Amino acid sequence: MGESDYKQSSEKGRLTRQVRAFFSPIPALGWLLGIVCAVLIEYQWGDALAVALYLPKVPPLFGATLVLKKPLLFPWALLFVSLVYLLPICLIGRLTAGPANRMAAALGRMPTSVSVILHLLLLYVALHIWTEASDYRLQVAKLIMIAVMLTLSLNVINGYMGEFSCSHPGFMALGAYVASVFSLVLFKEDRLFGLPLLPEAWGPYCFPLALFAGGVAAALGALIVAIPSFRTRGDYLAIISLAFMFIVKSAIENINVIGGPRGLGGQPHWSTLPAVFGGMALCIWIINNFVRSTLGKALNAVRDNEIAAEAMTVNTRRTKMVAFMFGAFWAGVAGGFYAHEVRHVTPGGFGIQMLAEVLAMVYFGGLNSVVGSIVGAVSISFLSEILKPLLLYKWIVIPLILILVMIFRPTGLIAFRDFDLRRIVGPRR
Amino acid sequence: MSGLGEKQMPLLQVDDMTHYFGGLRAVSDYRLSIGPGEIRGLIGPNGAGKTTIFNLITGIHTPTRGSIRLENRNLVGLRPHQIAARGLGRTFQNMLLWRHMTVLEHVKLAHYAQLQYGLAGAFFGSPQCRAEEERVEENSHRLLETFDVARHAHQMVTQLPYGVQRRVEMARAMATRPKILFLDEPTAGMTPEELVQMIAIIRKIHHEFKVAILLIEHRLKFVMDLCQRIQTLVFGEVIAEGTPAEIKNNPQVIEAYLGKEEVA
Repeated sequence: MGESDYKQSSEKGRLTRQVRAFFSPIPALGWLLGIVCAVLIEYQWGDALAVALYLPKVPPLFGATLVLKKPLLFPWALLFVSLVYLLPICLIGRLTAGPANRMAAALGRMPTSVSVILHLLLLYVALHIWTEASDYRLQVAKLIMIAVMLTLSLNVINGYMGEFSCSHPGFMALGAYVASVFSLVLFKEDRLFGLPLLPEAWGPYCFPLALFAGGVAAALGALIVAIPSFRTRGDYLAIISLAFMFIVKSAIENINVIGGPRGLGGQPHWSTLPAVFGGMALCIWIINNFVRSTLGKALNAVRDNEIAAEAMTVNTRRTKMVAFMFGAFWAGVAGGFYAHEVRHVTPGGFGIQMLAEVLAMVYFGGLNSVVGSIVGAVSISFLSEILKPLLLYKWIVIPLILILVMIFRPTGLIAFRDFDLRRIVGPRR
Repeated sequence: MSGLGEKQMPLLQVDDMTHYFGGLRAVSDYRLSIGPGEIRGLIGPNGAGKTTIFNLITGIHTPTRGSIRLENRNLVGLRPHQIAARGLGRTFQNMLLWRHMTVLEHVKLAHYAQLQYGLAGAFFGSPQCRAEEERVEENSHRLLETFDVARHAHQMVTQLPYGVQRRVEMARAMATRPKILFLDEPTAGMTPEELVQMIAIIRKIHHEFKVAILLIEHRLKFVMDLCQRIQTLVFGEVIAEGTPAEIKNNPQVIEAYLGKEEVA
């Protein structure tokens, strides 16, 4: 019996090895080519295929929502996803592996930035075509990218520096409101602020400025949380930062100029797909650079042992302040994008529920990990989107998944993994 | 032995340092004067205040009164990282390594105060930042070679045997470029073979880096072998100071310290 078990497991091992050997020569470039082809196929023949497969329309999120509503459609949705996505991506990826590898190698001889920009462009093209299908898809994609920024920025504080900060929704609210006020006062006629000060056509050019202002406001807010962090750690800091979140929320509720509890609306719709994509790429790049540098490793030393860090010449106070302000800055930028996408923000929206969601993304994806943050943000946002038909039960399913992750992988799915850009864009073997 | 007239300026000069923990006087009127390149020992029974003296000089605690000067510059009131950057390196009794960092990262991070790039450089990966990271990495590899831990460079410290961890900690301390190195019980919990290795390493550090060393130790033979002068501390007070031979024969020391050991 033991022997047959062993045989079975080795059989299984051989299968996974074969699958791995089949896919391992595909470089990032090959995968991207496959994805672009897949979205093109869907763009061209998606509607016809959906009709042929008895689906009401092209399933917006890989058919998951549809299947939850009408389980009987499962085989057809699966067939659709396989035909449109899985098969083309795998086949084209594998078939073009040779040329793609040669191209990646050729790009590798140029500065890394050239190769990275090309990859990003391909990814953007895929995303652009994919989101052409419906406005719903477009908004989901943008919100997921904003969630990636938010998760990554929280991971800097909670993962890399190991402080348990609960004030992230507060930082995001600061960013959202300051960026909104900036663009409303300057560029848009509004019932709260009256006529714009500058011509509206200039607006989109100044959007980065609005986001920056939002980020700076959040970073200044972070100073208030950073100062107690010099003296307390762990639970106490968690409580202080939670208090900060509520202070921001009730402060906004009590300022009538910006709408009070009713919220602030009418922001110009500047969070376009390229803007959000560019913002996210910049955010990932900068945070990844920082946490890989020796200056950024100081965060880990502060987390693992502060006294030793000080004795090894690390300025721990500066390090903590930088981490808090840096994390908050990106949360503020994410808030700015969010406000210009949903175009109506209320203070109530930046509360405990949002905190729970972003914490879930960080801990699900993995602490101290850029890759994990992206995986966590994408999967939790995606899950919470496709589970919408379950209504309230959504908030039973997602925590259950979290509990399972904590049991089997206490540090999250992919902990302790940064990007090595050169390796990602490079050829395989 | 040394002439009174041509006494050279001490590297580290501690005068009348006294410290209270609440009502308890942990250290009283402590004096120390170490010249460049000296090796000093600090011995004494448990609870005598040896580690407290280390913590006072390295800035983890601020002394109630007294003066501490490194190369004639005041250290009292500075934060520990400033003191470390001035050239006062140390190791810890229980090592205090960083659990989730590799050996190489430990040594690289100890270059923190020497980094020649700012936050903006780190955010955008500026050419200066990249050049600096390369220099630090090269230097770190050299240190790892010196301490014979180069083959563990990419391992997490928690996976390493105790003796190797001790050497990693020494390499990390040396990366801060100290002029004087404080070693807090570097042989605690070591096997006899590791002990012999440690003596060789300390001699090597002393020889190669021309660094002054102050050593806290329990194993008397170890201290006697290495140190040129030894202080004996009991209840926060220095009861004897001198060469190893003088300390060995000092009746007070024998009574307070060696005597107990012989009974046990």
